[in-house]
Amino acid sequence: MGEFLQYFPEALTFVNLLTLVLGVIGGLILGATPGLSPTMAVALLVPFTFHMEPATGLILLGAVYTATVAGGAISAILINIPGAPANIATLLDGHPMAKQGKSQTALYFCFISSLVGGLFGMLIMVLFTPPLAKIALRFGPSEMFWIAIFGISVMAGLSSGSIIKGLIGGMFGLLISTIGYSPLLGTPRFVFLDVLTGGVAIVPALIGLFAIPQVFSLVETLGRRIERPDFKPEKGVLLRTIVENLKMVKTLGIGSITGSIIGIIPGAGGQVAGLIAYDQVRKFSRKPESFGKGNPQGVAAAESANNAMVGPSLIPLLTLSVPGSPTAAVLLGGLLIHGLFPGPDLFLNNAQVTYTFIASLVLAQVAMCVFGIAMSRYSYMVMSVPNLFMIAAVTVLAVFGTYSVQNSFDDVIVMFALGTLMYIGRKFGFSPAPVVLGIILGPIAEDNYLKGKLIAETDVGVFSYFFTGAMNIIIILLCAASIGYSIYGEIKAYRKAKEGGI
Amino acid sequence: MKRNESVLGVVVTLAVAMLVLFGTCGGALAEYPESPVSLVVAYSPGGATDFQARIVTMMAAKEEYLGQPIVIINKPGAGGQVGWNWCVQKGTRDGYTMLAYNVPHFIAQSIVFRTKYNIRKFEPVANWGADPAVLIVPKDSPFNSVADLLAYARKNPGKVTMTGAGLYVGHHIAFLQFAKATGVKLTYIPEKGGVPAMQSVVAGKVKAGFNNLSDAYRNRERLKILAVADLQRHAFLPDVKTFKEMGIAVDDSSVNFRGVAFPAGVPQEVIAKAADVFPRMFKDKKTLKKMKASGSPVRVMSREQVKAMWQEREQYLKGLLKGLRKR
Repeated sequence: MGEFLQYFPEALTFVNLLTLVLGVIGGLILGATPGLSPTMAVALLVPFTFHMEPATGLILLGAVYTATVAGGAISAILINIPGAPANIATLLDGHPMAKQGKSQTALYFCFISSLVGGLFGMLIMVLFTPPLAKIALRFGPSEMFWIAIFGISVMAGLSSGSIIKGLIGGMFGLLISTIGYSPLLGTPRFVFLDVLTGGVAIVPALIGLFAIPQVFSLVETLGRRIERPDFKPEKGVLLRTIVENLKMVKTLGIGSITGSIIGIIPGAGGQVAGLIAYDQVRKFSRKPESFGKGNPQGVAAAESANNAMVGPSLIPLLTLSVPGSPTAAVLLGGLLIHGLFPGPDLFLNNAQVTYTFIASLVLAQVAMCVFGIAMSRYSYMVMSVPNLFMIAAVTVLAVFGTYSVQNSFDDVIVMFALGTLMYIGRKFGFSPAPVVLGIILGPIAEDNYLKGKLIAETDVGVFSYFFTGAMNIIIILLCAASIGYSIYGEIKAYRKAKEGGI
Repeated sequence: MKRNESVLGVVVTLAVAMLVLFGTCGGALAEYPESPVSLVVAYSPGGATDFQARIVTMMAAKEEYLGQPIVIINKPGAGGQVGWNWCVQKGTRDGYTMLAYNVPHFIAQSIVFRTKYNIRKFEPVANWGADPAVLIVPKDSPFNSVADLLAYARKNPGKVTMTGAGLYVGHHIAFLQFAKATGVKLTYIPEKGGVPAMQSVVAGKVKAGFNNLSDAYRNRERLKILAVADLQRHAFLPDVKTFKEMGIAVDDSSVNFRGVAFPAGVPQEVIAKAADVFPRMFKDKKTLKKMKASGSPVRVMSREQVKAMWQEREQYLKGLLKGLRKR
């Protein structure tokens, strides 16, 4: 902490601040573009830091990383397409709010919660790096398998309406995730068409499942005259929102803590942080039925979690050179190129650059919140775009975003196919969030189970490998609690409905 | 004055970054190259191959080399198969589509899987790097030498777990060779890339592993490096013996060679021009400096040397991988 304060002013030179501001503004815009995820944005910028001073280059990468994570929420709230997988949970309540004419408020909630979560995460990182690095290393195949199962246990809660439909959707997602080459044996599975050789990537699936049904529903409304709320800039909501937002201590606390914990676990990434935090907040809420219909607490939970993840995901990266998230993995490349080899001696040998980098991440959180709020004032314009233009714009963004992930037209085909299926599914009451969760968690669960099984068979046997050890048992108990609580909630809701009926 | 320059530098760099994000390419053949050249990398951004490809091509726009920039396009999937298949099926034959190859990965895949590519479908241009596989164990492992590990494995067949970056990559080939040469039963655990494979070893989740020499070198404080799978010792680790020195028949077949190639069918004069330019470009002082700073081992080889190396590898791998063909 002492060194952190000592080097903090290094981040405040003119060039560094300019880089920071440009990085944050660029990052917010990139993040708001569907398909350009934080990982992509950072990866594309790494080569441009070749010619910069190490500290300036890292500040640019850090600022873009921070801002893209938050920027993804803009498109999630305004057009119902998550800018990156991390923003799925933001959309569940953010978009309903925007539809009620409260897009500006929703964005304020989003950026303020992001700032709170982000600063919390950075604080954890600055204070507890050495002990947490040791914990990060304890996550092996068995622990990762249970983490994935814990994520799957959240599925049921994500479907607005029926639990069964949520589970069916999740199962569908898990099955989709098995397409492609088996990670352990190299056997091709369900590769009936050439376009499926590489499997179904997460971002194309995400865009297809959320954006395409949206486009089709807009097309449906074209012939009809519908009452549209008149979208105006909201006046005087900023102060009120700040006060209201900061009063949500419990929600922000759950979000920030969940996000930080998930950030430390290598490989889980921010993709699930928002969803898990959202589910926890809903479970602890007195009015769980208000979620999914425009409850600002949902936005606050999701955004505080996925920004809290940023700081801790750098802990295993900086101290052990083990990246805690896909974006951190790309940042590793950015560090290496400047001759900074992450490891315990990074903080000793390159203290100045390292601490300047960390300080800039803290500043980037603040800059992101300020510029985000400034941009939110114009959000009503997006909401008042006529449907006809909206259809065209969303379709273009969906194709562009999907193609740019892997420069692959195959992904565009997969995106449209999944989107069309989801449109039909939505008519029958299925929601896209559990499907995406299945696609994200399927490979983590499968890969780690198979790896764990291989290791276990040479050692203590499968049962004791997966069911003993403090870490395993803690996560198993969390899974049991999560599933148990879902069942309890369902029974309670059923009883209530029955009483109400009589 | 200096300050103004660096401000301008940042602004220009950001502007170029935005341009490339939405960049374009294409063009006809007159004096090759007239427009930017695309280099397809079959792995995700940020991985070692991607990251080195970006360093070695950063000087391409200089007049003495190509005079045009090289744009990296990532097409990851199925351990590289998606990107390489795409190059053969859909890559243009005008010299504006290039690919970054990884040996032995693509050769082994062409033997085991039904791929659209093999060594005859690619025209090598030049090689930029070579990273041998090393045998690593956790810092607190009871094994202090290859002999310790073998003694344990002989008593406990199949109980030594070893990670590597995936299936049919250099680490897997080294594993297969090691198992074959010693006649010991070992268990291979493929991970999704070298970094997670390294992590499993550092954390002691497995007993040993094969990994890149450069990555093991960077993590040497947290590991024990027992042997190098190459013909001679490496300058980074002069004290670590090769398998050959220990009398174990593991040669350099698993060394991870990285370089650039065209899909077959590109005009001869284009290949000749590229084959002349690329080795010089890889040896540029600035490039070498960046490669050194990032701990990436360089080995520049000409088109003819790469051609011979590919042929030799294919011959050998066909024997080693016999009976493993899928479909």
